[in-house]
Amino acid sequence: MTSEQSSKSSSRNGSNHLLKRVWYSTSVPVFAVLLALLIGAIILLVSGADPLQAYAALIKGSFGNTEALSRTLQKTTPLIFSGLAVAFAFKAGLFNIGAQGQLLFGAIVAAVLGFGIHGLPAVLHASLALLGGAFAGALFGAIPGALKTYTGAHEVITTIMLNYIAINITDYLADGPWKDMTPGNIVARTPKILDTARIPSVAGLPLGFLIALIFSVVTWWLLRKTTIGFEIRTVGLNPNAAKYAGIKVAKTIILTMVLSGLLAGIGGAIETQGVVGRYQPGFNTGLGFDGITIALLGKTNPIGVIPAALIVGAMKAGSSQMQFSAGVAKEITDVIQALILFFVAADMIVRWLLRIRAAEEEKVTLSTGWGQQ
Amino acid sequence: MYDLRTAAPWKYFFRRWKGVFIGGIIIFLVIIFSYIKNSAVTEAVLASAVRQSTPLILGALCGLLGERAAVINIGIEGQMLLAAFVGFLFNVWTGNLFLAVLAGVGMGALLGLLLAFMSVTLKIDQIIGGTVINIIAIGLTGYFYKVGMTTKGKLQPIPLGPLAKIPIIGTVLFNNPPITYAAIVLVFLVHYILFHTRWGLRTRAVGEHPRAADTLGINVYFMRYMNVIAGGAIAGLGGVFLTLEAVGSFERVMTNGRGFVALAVMIFGKWTPLGSWGAALLFGLTSAIQTQLQFGGKVNIPHQFIGMLPYLLTIVVLAGLGGRARPPAADGIPYEKE
Repeated sequence: MTSEQSSKSSSRNGSNHLLKRVWYSTSVPVFAVLLALLIGAIILLVSGADPLQAYAALIKGSFGNTEALSRTLQKTTPLIFSGLAVAFAFKAGLFNIGAQGQLLFGAIVAAVLGFGIHGLPAVLHASLALLGGAFAGALFGAIPGALKTYTGAHEVITTIMLNYIAINITDYLADGPWKDMTPGNIVARTPKILDTARIPSVAGLPLGFLIALIFSVVTWWLLRKTTIGFEIRTVGLNPNAAKYAGIKVAKTIILTMVLSGLLAGIGGAIETQGVVGRYQPGFNTGLGFDGITIALLGKTNPIGVIPAALIVGAMKAGSSQMQFSAGVAKEITDVIQALILFFVAADMIVRWLLRIRAAEEEKVTLSTGWGQQ
Repeated sequence: MYDLRTAAPWKYFFRRWKGVFIGGIIIFLVIIFSYIKNSAVTEAVLASAVRQSTPLILGALCGLLGERAAVINIGIEGQMLLAAFVGFLFNVWTGNLFLAVLAGVGMGALLGLLLAFMSVTLKIDQIIGGTVINIIAIGLTGYFYKVGMTTKGKLQPIPLGPLAKIPIIGTVLFNNPPITYAAIVLVFLVHYILFHTRWGLRTRAVGEHPRAADTLGINVYFMRYMNVIAGGAIAGLGGVFLTLEAVGSFERVMTNGRGFVALAVMIFGKWTPLGSWGAALLFGLTSAIQTQLQFGGKVNIPHQFIGMLPYLLTIVVLAGLGGRARPPAADGIPYEKE
C-alpha cells in the first residue's frame, strides 16, 4: 500500500514536518473523493452506463482544453464563496445552511444595480454592484444570527426556512417590479446588466476567480491573525469559556452570520456579473448546498476551500459533456458529492481503511440541541 | 411562583399548555364563525388542513422518536423524499399500492439505519449526518427519476360508515385516505409507547441520562438504533403519503422543506406526540388557508407572498418557543461507553 508507506516514511523523517502535516490534513479528503468516485462508478455500472467513458467525458469537459478550463474556473468561483460562507460560520459553531438564500439576494441586488444605474465608469459600476450584493447577503445573514442570539431559534431550521422565503421573494421581484420588459419575453428574469457592471474574463481567466482567491486569503487572515477571528474561533470551540473570558458571545454570533452572509452574497453577485449577466430564478439553485460539501471537504479551512471548490466546480463544468457524449444524467454528480460529504464526515471509515492516525485539530460541534445555549 | 410539579396534575397540565388552549379556543371560534358564513368552503379547508398536516405529523413523530433517544434527525426531509420516490417506483413497476407503501416505509427505515450508524456508531456530528442524508436523497432521486413515468392510481378516501355522515367532523376526520388515518393512529400509538410502556421509559432514559441508563443495564446503542429506525419508517410513511396519496406522482425535490417544518412542529409540540399533532394541525391549517387564498382567487396578493406563509410561521414559532422549549437533556450528544 503506497499510502501506508508514505505515511510511515514521513513519520520516520522528523525534519519533514510540513510534508507530514500536509499529508495528515489532505489524505482523508483526497481518499474521500476517490472512494466517492469509486462508489459512483458502481452506481453507474448498476444503472447500465460505462463509468470509464463517463468519467473520461467528465474530465474532458472540465479540463480538456482552455475553454473547458475557463468554464471550470467560472463554475468554481461562486462555489468558493459559498464554501467560504459555510466554513466561516462553522468556525463559530454555526451551521449556515442559508448560504443559498443569502446568495440569491446577493445575485438579484447585483443585477438590479447592474441594469438600473447608468453612466458610471466600468470599474466603479462593477464594484458598486458587487458591494450591493455583498451588503444584501450580509443583511439576510444577520436575520438568523439575531434570531439565534435573541430568541434561541436554532439557525439550522431558520436558515432553511429563510432559503424558501428568499426563493419566493426573488421570484416575485424577477417576475414583478424588476422583470425584463423587452418585447417577447415571458420568462421571469431581470433585464441584462450593463457591460460596465460585468466582471469580465481576461484571456480566458475569469477575474471573479481571482477575487475569490483574494477573499479566501483575507478570510484565512481574518480568522487566524485578528482579534475578531480569535473571538470567533473561541466561541466556536466553547461558548461558555468564551463568555467567561469576556468575549461578547451574542455580538460574535451575529457578526459571524453577517460576514458569512456577506461572503455568500458576493458569490451570488459574481455569478450575476461574471457568468449569467442577469438574475434569473433557478440559475443559482444548489450553490448554497454545495457550499456545505465544499466547506467540509476543505476541512473548514479558507485555503482548503479552494481545491475543494475546484473539484465540485469541475464536476459541474464537465457534467454537460458527460451527459452529451456518455449519455449519463447530470445528477450523478450530486450523488458523488453526497458520497464525498459522507466520507469526509465519516473520516473514521477512511482512517480505518488507510490506517491513518487522527491529526489534532479543531473539531466542529454543531449538535447542541435546539434551545438557547 | 409555587412549584408547578407539586400542584394538582391538571393545573400543571393547564399551565404547561396554556398557550395551546387559548389558541385552540380562538381557532375553534373562528372555525364556527366561518362555518356559519360559508359551510362548504370551511369544510373543504378543514379537510385539506387535516390532510396537509399528515406528512408534518409523521415527520414530527420521526423527529421526536429520535430525539427522545438523543439522536437529532435533520435528515427527515431526505428520508421522506427518497421514500416517496421508492414508493412511486414500486407503484410504477408493480401497480400494487400496498407493496409501494411498504417499499417506501422500508426505504425510510433503511435511511434511519444509516443515520443511526452515522450518529451512534461513527459518532459523526448528527447535524452533518442528517445533511448527508438530505443531499444523498436529492442526488439519487434526481439521477434515477425519468420524466414520463406514470403511476397506476393512488390511495382513495375510505368513508368510515355512519361516522362520515356527521356534519363537519365526518367530512374532516372520517372520510380520509388510509395514510391520514394511519398518522392519527400513530400519534396515539407513539404517545402510548413513549409514556406508558417499559420501552418508552427506557427510550426517554437514554435521551435524558444515558450514563444512568447504561448503569441500569439498558443498552443505550440498541435503544438509539431502534428508535431512529422506527422514526425513519414513520418518515417513510410521510414520504409515500406525498406520492401515493396526495399527488399521485413524483416531482424532483417535492418534499419542499416539509421535513424541516416537521422539526419545528416537533419543537412546538414540546417533543410530545399529542402536542406535535396540535402543532401539525395548525401548520396544516395555514397551508390549507394558503391554498384557498391562492386558488380561491378573491385576494390580489402575489402568490409568492402567500407561498411564504408556512415558512414564516415556522420561524415565528421557533423564535417564540426556541428558548423556552426544553429538549431531552442528552439531545445530540453521542454516547461513549466507558
